Amino acid sequence: MSAPDTNPDVSALAAAPALEEWHLDLHTEGTRRDQAVARLHGLLLRAARFEVFRRAGSLPQLSPVELDELAQDAADDAAVSVLRRLGDFRGESSFRTWAYKFALLEASVKVRRRAWRGREVMLEPEQWESLAHAGRGPDDDAESAALLEAVRDGIRSALTPRQRQVLVAVVLEGVPIDVLAERLGSNRNALYKVLHDARRRLRNHVVAAGFPETDQ
Amino acid sequence: MTGRDLDPTLLRLLGGDEPELDCDECFAQLDRFVELELDGAPADVLVPGLRAHLVGCPACAEEHESLRALLELDSVS
Repeated sequence: MSAPDTNPDVSALAAAPALEEWHLDLHTEGTRRDQAVARLHGLLLRAARFEVFRRAGSLPQLSPVELDELAQDAADDAAVSVLRRLGDFRGESSFRTWAYKFALLEASVKVRRRAWRGREVMLEPEQWESLAHAGRGPDDDAESAALLEAVRDGIRSALTPRQRQVLVAVVLEGVPIDVLAERLGSNRNALYKVLHDARRRLRNHVVAAGFPETDQ
Repeated sequence: MTGRDLDPTLLRLLGGDEPELDCDECFAQLDRFVELELDGAPADVLVPGLRAHLVGCPACAEEHESLRALLELDSVS
C-alpha cells in the first residue's frame, strides 16, 4: 500500500477548480520539473513584458532593449517568488492568473523604482502648508476653505512625524509607496499601514472640528 | 459629506472609513478578485475590503488594473 499523500499543498490542488495539470510538475524533480519551470518562466515573462511596456511612458530614457532587460529581471525574480510560494496556491483562481500577479508586481515595482532613480524624495516637506483647494465653484468656497484649514491643522497637530512624512510624500508629492519604502528602509505593507492610520487620525480630527464624516 | 463633494486631493488625504485589506492581503486575494470581476460575479461582496484598498493604494490599484487588462488580452488572443 502506498503511503498517504501528506503534502497539503498538492492535496489542495487536487480538489481545486480551474486545475491546470502542468504546474503540478513544479512539485516534482528532474526533467518534468525543468520543463514546468521553463513554461512558468515563459508565462511570467509575458506578464512582465506586458507591464513594463504598458508603463514605458514613465521610462523615456530606456531603449526597447533596456525595457526588455527590465522585464527579464522581473520575470526571473517572479519565478523565484512563485517557486518559493507554490504552497500558497489553493486553486481559488487559475494557476496562470495566480502566477501572473507575481510578475506584474515585480515588473511594476521595478518600473516605479527606475522612474524615480536619481529623483530626490523630500522627506521633510512643507508642501502641505501651502495645500490649496481646487474648488468646484464659488458656492462651496467658504466651507471648503474651512475644511482645508482643518486638514492643514490636522496634518500639523494630529499626526506623528512618521505619519506626516508618509502621508505628504505619497499623497501630495505622488511618491510611489514602493519607492518611499525603499528610501526609508521599510516595505509597502508597513508604510501603507502608516498611511492608513494617518488618514484615520486626520478624519477624526476633521470630524472633531465639526465637519461630517467623509464617505467615498 | 460625500466623496463627490471633496476635491480629489482632500479625498486622497482623508481616505474612506470603510474597512479595507492591507497590501499583503490585497495581493493574496487579487487573482481571485479579478477572475470574479471578469466572470461578472459580485467580487466586492465575495472579497470584502479589497475595493476599498484599491481606492486608497495607487500601487495596488495599478497592479489590479494590469492583471485585469492582461487577462482580458488573453481572452481575446
